[in-house]
Amino acid sequence: MKIPTRLKWLKGRIWTIGIPYLWLLLFFALPFAIVLKLSFSTAAISIPPYEATFQYADNVLNVFLHFGNYLMLLDDSLYYMAYLSSLKMAFISTIGCLIIGYPMAYAIARAPARLQTVLLLLVMLPSWTSFLIRVYAWMGILSNTGIINSMLMWLGVISEPLQILNTNVAVYIGIIYAYLPFMILPLYATLVKLDMSLIEAASDLGSSRINTFWKITLPLSKSGVIAGSMLVFIPAVGEFVIPELLGGPDSLMIGRVLWQEFFNNRDWPVASSLAIVMLGLLIIPITLFHRYQARSLEKDL
Amino acid sequence: MKKLSFSSVMLWFGLLFLYAPMLVLVIYSFNDSKLVTVWGGFSPKWYGELFEDQQILDAVWTSLRIAFYSSTMAVVIGTMAAFVMTRFKRSWAKLTLSNMITAPLVMPEVITGLSLLLLFVHMADLFGWPKERGMLTVWIAHSTFCAAYVAVVVSSRLRELDRSIEEAAMDLGATPLKTFFVITVPMISPALMAGWLLSFSLSLDDLVIASFASGPGATTLPMVVFSSVRMGISPKINALATLIILSVSLIAFLSWYMARRAEKRDRMPINE
Repeated sequence: MKIPTRLKWLKGRIWTIGIPYLWLLLFFALPFAIVLKLSFSTAAISIPPYEATFQYADNVLNVFLHFGNYLMLLDDSLYYMAYLSSLKMAFISTIGCLIIGYPMAYAIARAPARLQTVLLLLVMLPSWTSFLIRVYAWMGILSNTGIINSMLMWLGVISEPLQILNTNVAVYIGIIYAYLPFMILPLYATLVKLDMSLIEAASDLGSSRINTFWKITLPLSKSGVIAGSMLVFIPAVGEFVIPELLGGPDSLMIGRVLWQEFFNNRDWPVASSLAIVMLGLLIIPITLFHRYQARSLEKDL
Repeated sequence: MKKLSFSSVMLWFGLLFLYAPMLVLVIYSFNDSKLVTVWGGFSPKWYGELFEDQQILDAVWTSLRIAFYSSTMAVVIGTMAAFVMTRFKRSWAKLTLSNMITAPLVMPEVITGLSLLLLFVHMADLFGWPKERGMLTVWIAHSTFCAAYVAVVVSSRLRELDRSIEEAAMDLGATPLKTFFVITVPMISPALMAGWLLSFSLSLDDLVIASFASGPGATTLPMVVFSSVRMGISPKINALATLIILSVSLIAFLSWYMARRAEKRDRMPINE
């Protein structure tokens, strides 16, 4: 009696881990291997539009590794400019989210417990409505005949409409707007656990409020700051929709370049190598995120 | 009189920043003028035009079906993964699984989309399946990335769960499977529901991954909206946006309300 139960139990465990494992192996790990493989191929006018990497003929397996895509990424300034400006734009937007999101998270964490859930719901609600729609909303607001320009002209601040839509400023606004909730959530999760007596102790000992913030509050919420920043920075680097809708032709971002290489130029190998390099750049932030996510995000998402 | 602190001023300013653009969309969806940024009087006519647009209606139906099936699959996979993450002993298999399941959370969408498309193309090349990309391939793609969110939501619930109830059931002779369905599932049902709803809204909203994974057979709503919005602002899309905002707010409010009630009910007998 004992042994069959034990066997059944083991079998159950294998199924429980096996099904999600197989699914992810097939639909997550394997696709990455294919992207890597394809990044060493060249485009061809065929279906599918690339040269085969492995060729098996006359009992000989030929492997064709083509490094041209990577050399071209280094050579053509378009690509590394796109990488640089993606990193720059994602970085500035992350700082923007932090500046707006930190006080918000702090205020929510200090609000009465009943109010906290309502405020969190209010912060999260926009991120459940369509991302596309929220980015689109800014097209109307920022355009030359949009609300901001009409208001400024009516007030007499400017006589001609400011060009905001189709510039990098619009992209910054869009990224900060779209990703702000993801910054606030992990920040709130760490700030709510902050021991208030430490802050009181500091002020009792004569520390100014600004000093207390820099020396006590901020260091203690470090894991939330890092988790939130990574949650904004990483997707912002690969962002496609925001630069496409709000940015101008010179708002180069790597997600957009990848999209164009893939859909417009149909150069799948170049798109793949762009993805591999992007992933390489994001490895450090992604590992950082994984380390701090356990501490701050898991509890409250 | 309470002094207004800097952080609470920022909170209200931030909430205004989050909600004002959506409010503008809602107001302008009732604009009579065809010039989308000039106010030409109140009119609900764009809603009428929206409901005559067969392309949009078809896309809504396609998106809803994909979202339904994807979130259901995501809950199955995500819950199993969450169970492994919280209840299994440390092992190499557990570690790789938990890394793989949460990876899509921080993966740029263009990379996820591209990699899945290449997989489907290779599979079609090698096995002749899937013959063409459409709802099935979008379903696979969405199930995979939504499972990540479900795993995070469910595992945090599983972690804070009182293990002794599960152990008691197994000591009394229930099989692990029976224990899971009779004891664990009812206790984590709010998290399962939250994960399902989150997946549903993520799937409904996704443009980038669907654009890669889909074929001519299945055009989702975000794909239709995107191709229309690319040309500029359209009053019909404003009307659609208003309906989306309204329905999401309603569902979010209802589910939050019900989750709160369920939680209160669940906690009571344990505390006594």
